[in-house]
Order: sequence, then structure tokens, then C-alpha cells
Amino acid sequence: MAGKIRVLIGKPGLDGHDVGAKLVCRALMAAGMEVVYTGLRQSPQAIARTAVEEQADVVGLSILSGAHLPLCRKVIDELGRAGWEGSCLLVGGNIPRRDHRQLEELGVAGVFPTGTPFGEITAFIEEKVKK
Amino acid sequence: MSSPDEKLPPVVWESGIEIEPVYRPEDVERSGGLEAVGDSGEYPYTRGVHPLMYRKRPWTMRQYSGFGTAAETHERFLWLLEHGQTGLNVAFDLPTQCGLDSDDPMAEGEVGRVGMAVDTLADMEEAFAGIDLDRVTVSLTINGSAVAIMAMYFALARKRGFPLEKLRGNCQNDILKEFVGRGTWIFPAEPSIRLVVDTMEFCARRVPRYSPVSVCGYHIRESGATPAQEMACGLAIACAYLERALERGLDADAVAAGITFNFDIHGNLWEQVAKFRAGRRLWARLLRERYGVSNSRALKLRMIAGGGGGGLTIQQPENNIVRGAYYALASALGGTQTMALCSYDEAYTIPSEHAAKLSLRTMQILMHEVGLCDTVDPLAGSWFVESTTNLMEKKILDILDDIERQGGIVKSIAEGRLQAEVNRQAWERERRIQAGEIPKVGVNLFVEQEAERDIEFHPYREQEARRQIERLNHVRAERDAAAVERALDGLHRAAAAGENVMPAAMDAVEAYASVGEICGVLKDVFGTYREPIRF
Repeated sequence: MAGKIRVLIGKPGLDGHDVGAKLVCRALMAAGMEVVYTGLRQSPQAIARTAVEEQADVVGLSILSGAHLPLCRKVIDELGRAGWEGSCLLVGGNIPRRDHRQLEELGVAGVFPTGTPFGEITAFIEEKVKK
Repeated sequence: MSSPDEKLPPVVWESGIEIEPVYRPEDVERSGGLEAVGDSGEYPYTRGVHPLMYRKRPWTMRQYSGFGTAAETHERFLWLLEHGQTGLNVAFDLPTQCGLDSDDPMAEGEVGRVGMAVDTLADMEEAFAGIDLDRVTVSLTINGSAVAIMAMYFALARKRGFPLEKLRGNCQNDILKEFVGRGTWIFPAEPSIRLVVDTMEFCARRVPRYSPVSVCGYHIRESGATPAQEMACGLAIACAYLERALERGLDADAVAAGITFNFDIHGNLWEQVAKFRAGRRLWARLLRERYGVSNSRALKLRMIAGGGGGGLTIQQPENNIVRGAYYALASALGGTQTMALCSYDEAYTIPSEHAAKLSLRTMQILMHEVGLCDTVDPLAGSWFVESTTNLMEKKILDILDDIERQGGIVKSIAEGRLQAEVNRQAWERERRIQAGEIPKVGVNLFVEQEAERDIEFHPYREQEARRQIERLNHVRAERDAAAVERALDGLHRAAAAGENVMPAAMDAVEAYASVGEICGVLKDVFGTYREPIRF
């Protein structure tokens, strides 16, 4: 065992709905993971920087405004630029099903729309990040 | 017949009040009696703020709306008014709410998405073209950048010849709750509060019938607070603004009259009714006893209620139509002045025209068909309702005392303590719903295999966003650049000198300075907020 799984939960863009993001933080902590929450209104650069600094295995983005496609694209670019070496990028929030495929093509490993049971998210992460 | 000593499972409201299976007169006595019930329109207003309530003045119906450009929002406004809506409740897009212009890099992908994009006065002029500002009351849902948007609204009214002294309506402008939920803060806590007080002072002097602050228990409840906490935090926040205004030497009667409220409605129906009845009573008492307010307009807790997105579900979403009707019922039984009912598709999209109309019809059916306007406070005198109103009042007072003992609501929010507490509760509640311990129809009770329902957004139109930016550039090119600079300098000076910024903000918007420029000047002076992250 190489220690706890480290997850960064980020709120990119201007959306201020953070109840879900904070609930997911608590659910992941309850599942024994180390969680860092960025707070609101983070630029993709800031999220990527924090992901590297915190050596996050997983980056989870919470987006409810509908701007998930442009925001995910930018965060993925910035993570690449910053040289992040984690396992996977996840996104949660108000994400229409028809966008899932496009998100996956961008490099999002898992999409968890509002209402997803926490257990599904933790199980997914534990499966992806074998420590 | 069940025997009297039969053990029933306890019923405990979210606020922590245990409910008896049967209420009798002695329960009312034990909880504090009927003395404070009084009459409607009379202190302490338990039964409602107007003597004849809906018999004379039914609630205003004001659905939250606005999207895309000012022109599209204008169309939606006209459509809503045509369908019998009696007020307007304006939604702004996130860049506007965060004090950014449409061409700011952070605004990319967000222009016009969740509300109307406003850069300059020109957008407000277009959105409200031809709408009678002295007949339709307008509610501006704006907080961080409220100084700029409120100044635009007043400038617009002035230009169109509506005297400010007669202008009614309100602005949300409750920055303290933005730090707890919703999150469209810009400046640090202290200067943010100062800006709110600037608007209170300006309105008390110049726009006396306008409510510059609508304190929102709503978003604190949506973030995880119980109904009792929601009311307590709302009252505490209102008192915090009032106290700052009094420190400035303002007249308590005049500024308190400018404070209205916005409350949530989801959850147990009786608990909401008790919350409103107790809250009205407490607000009147706090104002009179603590601040010596005697102006009856100020003592009356006036509110908007009917939203409760947190109670809606994405599963079996048609159930939300029914939930919405019960929420409307609760707000009418609770004596609200204005209703903005949540729409059934709100759990997964920005309400469609169809859903918004259904909400409007729900309120209209309640108003015109089933007798909710027949008589004042129809639940008064019920042993159950009066007992729980008394118990709720005590509960709210206890929370208020707790907040004060711990240094006050401003400190609690600035340090992130309130946020952490309500979030812990939200987690606990969500965990219990997912575990099936709190029943939720369609989620953990009567669950059905459903066809995958997709989340929908209004399609984002890059083209509209580009058009908005072109429009902004056009305004920038057309306006008198020297006048803008002068006005922004004046705003900078007023902000730095601790003077009221509203007159300078009015000058700036009249010179067609943008939201981003105005907030940019204020950021230069005040800095930006840093969110305390606490779990």
C-alpha cells in the first residue's frame, strides 16, 4: 500500500454552486481518501498547478453552469502543460448525457451527473487508482 | 383504538422540534400561549403583515427569468407579463454577477448562459424597453456587482422619467449569504458589507420605496441549513447590515424599511408555516426591542418565497410539479408577499418556457380556484400550528443566541465556520437519503426503472456571445471616453475615501462605463475575496 489516494476537487469557471462539490469531498474523505478542494472560480491554470503541487492522483471538476465542454478542454490542456502525472480526470454536475461521449473523447475518464450515488464515485476511483 | 401509552416512532422536524401525535390547548399554553398571535397587520405580525392580506392584496407572482442577450430577455419579460405575471425577477449571467465584462477571458463560455448578459446601461435599456417601471415591480437578482446593476436600474428609471422617489422593487444584494452559498462574491467581506450599506443609505435618502437588500435565508437553507437555522441566519444577517448602517449614523426606521427577505420552502409544510409565522414575530421584536424601530413598514417582515430547488428530484421529474404546488401552498399559508415558484425541470436545467408557465399556472390556480385568498392566516388558532410557531420561535432565538455567543454572523461567515457547519449537515442529510433513512419519493421510495432522462441546457450560442461582445465594443467606441474616465476616477476616489459610492456609480453608468470597469475600480481599492476552505 502506497498511502491514501489523493484527489483534487476543483470548481473551474464562474459557477458558484458548491454544495455538490463539497459533498463529494466529504464522501471521498469518508472513503479514506485525501481530498483537496480548490474553492470557487478557479482558472484552469490554477487547477492544473494545484494538481501538480498536491500530487493529486485524481482531479474531479464540478460544473453546473453548462460550460463543461470548454472548461474541461482547457483544464485538460493545462494539466498536460503543467506535466501532471495523475491517473484520471473526472467531471460531475449538470452534464447532459449527449455530451458524455465528447467529454470522454477529450480525455475525461468518468462523468458523474448530479444525483450519482457517492458509492459509484468512490468505487470508480478505487478501481482506477490502485494503490 | 390505540392505547395512550402505545409507543409510536418519534416525528422530529429537521429543525429539531419533536411533534406530538395530538395537540391540545394545554400544549399551546406550555409552549408560550396565544398572547403573541395578535391580529394581522398588527405588531408582532404573526398572522401576516397586512390587515386583510390576500383578501385585499394577493401575492405577487414573479418567476425568475432571463437568459442570453438583453433583447431575448426582453422578449421573455413581455411573454411573462402577457401571461399574467405581475412582477419581474431578473436573472443575470455569471460574468455579470461576478463583475466581469463579456469579453473577459474568465467569461468565455458563460456569456448569457444562466441569465441575461449586462455590460453597460445600454443592455438594461434594451431589456426594459417599453415596460412600465412604475407598474411592474422588478427584482434584480444580483449581489457581488449590485452597486453597478442597481445604479444602472436607477439611471434607467431616471432617463425614462420615473421619479426615483416613487420607484418600487428590490435588489437581492445580500452579499453575506453569497459567502455561504451561491458564491458570486467579488470583494472581501468588510468592503462588501460596506457596499451593501452604501446602497441602503442611498435608497433611504433617494429611493425610499425601493428595497435595496433582500436577505436570503434561501441559499443558506439550500446549502444545508435547517429551516430554523435558515430563519436565524437570515435575521442575523439582516441585523448585521442594519447595525453597520446605524454605526454610520443612519436612521434605523428608514434603513430597516429597505430590508426584505427571501426564504426557501422545501421540506415539511407545517415546519415552513411555523418558520414564517415565528420569523415575522421575531423580526418585529428584534427591530423594536433592540434597535428602537417604530416605523411599521420596517417592522413587517416582507418576503419572497416559493423557491426550493433542493427539494426537487431528477428522478420522476413530473413529481416536481406536485411538489411545487405544495411549496406554493406552504408559502401562501405562510403569508408570503411574493412567490417565485421553482419549476419542475429545475433539477436538471434552466426552466423551460413550458415549465415556467406551469409554475405560474400553479400559483394562479391556488389564488383563483382553491380559496387560498379567502381569509387571513387560515391556520391561526390551530393548537398544533400555534404550539409549533411558539416552539420554532424559541428554536430560532436559541440559534441567534449561539451565533452571537460565537462572535456574530459576520465573523462566523468570514472564518468559514457557518459554511462548514451547514455543509456537514448537507452531507449528513444526503448520506441519510442515499441510505434510505430519509424518505424521498422516486429516489428511495417507489423507485421506478426510468428511461434515461437527459439534462438540458438552453443551447449555448457562441454567436450570441460574440454579438454581446460586439455590442459592448460598439458602446465603448461611441461613448465619451473622457467622461467615462472622469466618472471612474470619481468612483475610485469615493471608494478609497470611504464615501458612499452610489452617486459616483450612477455617474459612471450614465457615462456607459461597464460592469467590469466599475467592479475593476472597486477591486483596485478593496482587493478580492479569498475563500476560507473548511470542512
